[in-house]
Amino acid sequence: MTILVIAEHTNAALAPATLNTVAAAAKIGGDIHVLVAGAACGPVAEAAGKIAGVAKVLVADDAAFAHQLPENVAPLIAELGKGYSHILAAATSNGKNILPRVAAALDVDQISEIIAVESADTFKRPIYAGNAIATVQSSAAVKVITVRSTGFDPVAAEGGSAAVEAVGGATDAGKSAFVGEELAKSDRPELTAAKIVVSGGRGMQNGDNFKHLYALADKLGAAVGASRAAVDAGFVPNDMQVGQTGKIVAPQLYIAVGISGAIQHLAGMKDSKVIVAINKDEEAPIFQVADYGLVADLFDAVPELEKLV
Amino acid sequence: MKVLVAVKRVVDYNVKVRVKADNSGVDLANVKMSMNPFCEIAVEEAVRLKEKGVASEIVVVTIGPATAQEQLRTALALGADRAILVESSDELNSLAVAKLLKAVVDKEQPQLVIMGKQAIDSDNNQTGQMLGALTGFGQGTFASKVEVAGDKVNVTREIDGGLQTVALSLPAIVTTDLRLNEPRYASLPNIMKAKKKPLESVTPADLGVSTASTVKTLKVEAPATRSAGIKVKSVAELVEKLKNEAKVI
Repeated sequence: MTILVIAEHTNAALAPATLNTVAAAAKIGGDIHVLVAGAACGPVAEAAGKIAGVAKVLVADDAAFAHQLPENVAPLIAELGKGYSHILAAATSNGKNILPRVAAALDVDQISEIIAVESADTFKRPIYAGNAIATVQSSAAVKVITVRSTGFDPVAAEGGSAAVEAVGGATDAGKSAFVGEELAKSDRPELTAAKIVVSGGRGMQNGDNFKHLYALADKLGAAVGASRAAVDAGFVPNDMQVGQTGKIVAPQLYIAVGISGAIQHLAGMKDSKVIVAINKDEEAPIFQVADYGLVADLFDAVPELEKLV
Repeated sequence: MKVLVAVKRVVDYNVKVRVKADNSGVDLANVKMSMNPFCEIAVEEAVRLKEKGVASEIVVVTIGPATAQEQLRTALALGADRAILVESSDELNSLAVAKLLKAVVDKEQPQLVIMGKQAIDSDNNQTGQMLGALTGFGQGTFASKVEVAGDKVNVTREIDGGLQTVALSLPAIVTTDLRLNEPRYASLPNIMKAKKKPLESVTPADLGVSTASTVKTLKVEAPATRSAGIKVKSVAELVEKLKNEAKVI
């Protein structure tokens, strides 16, 4: 049994979610190979080779793979993946975009966002915004799976010494082209990897008021997130959304500020170790999941909290 | 340009579902069912393309039980021209749905297929991408902006780090994210008119598609529940608890 893990990366650096995906592969058991598909992605291949428990790194270095266009990358993965028992990718926007295309090309079902490995063919995954957990079993020859990072502690980034092998294959399918991107720049930790997350909701009233949360986050070394309501209202950009259809986080400490606690938001953060809710409405559903609730006006409480921590 | 919109009948997003006592699934008896919210956004986008003169005809398709006609009528009331029900009472996996949609695409030959990025029941986020593989079309998933220009469509996508724009050759597939548009409500006259619009019913067998699956659900359980903690009276007490009790700061 050999498992192919698709590396998540920026061509320059390996993304931490890859380490959680390798951890899921290790739970399944068997040899683990990592595929790095990209352009000028040498540093990523080198980093992938050092991941603890990885036996081999396959590198497909081609301009067609620079922006992870699924029309180009999926045929490559499907071709390489035929000989493997499992193909795993992180359930990031990139993994979600590419992997179902791979599964259909291989004529197998995909299992999305697993949170636990029961055995080599049986997995647990949340459905209905996390209000139910399904245990599913796959009889597919190649099991194609995306992995929710919060379900698996990352393996060590160092300690391995895997051989690196260049592979070729499908290139530009000619169906799609990269036009551009607007990436958020931030000195704060990445939302899904942060130990502490401070999130704001509709109660923040406007985007400018998020400065209170940024000040608190900087003092705590935290990332800043938001509810769908805050993103839809245009307070902050979409990449900050935590919830069923945004990012799934499970930090040590989650501070929800001015967030009522819709089930769609809870789906994205209820596995956090400690949850703090600050809301002036004492009936807000967020208090039903909070370890520590503070009924207060956030515009008084947040600056005071920033001073005291 | 013909646009095909695929929609799904799901439990209403306001309903808090309960797991059945025998762990065979969630209890959907007497629960309000609606069109999946992402699918409403897909219908709205198609209607806007028609209003701009880009789309000439909107065909809406669903795969589900006979009752899914309700969601098709809703789409017709919102502005779709005709509807196709692929009737199946089985709970189908995404690959089977994608194969059925491929058969409909082959028959209808749309230039653009618009669908939701995920259904809020199974939370799979697979069907659009799978349809892309089966048809060979390009895919613009998690779309927050769609612009048709000549024989291409530019799709701005919501990705983890921000936004990405790709140009796809037509025909292409778009899956919608939350901020693509705000769906309208159907007016009463349009709801009445929708009752007279054509609705065709076919079966997977008519389309020559096997819906067999390689994945089976063994059981469905309620998640571990989180109980409410305590209310603190002041910020100072909160900080004290976080430092000394929870030890997280």
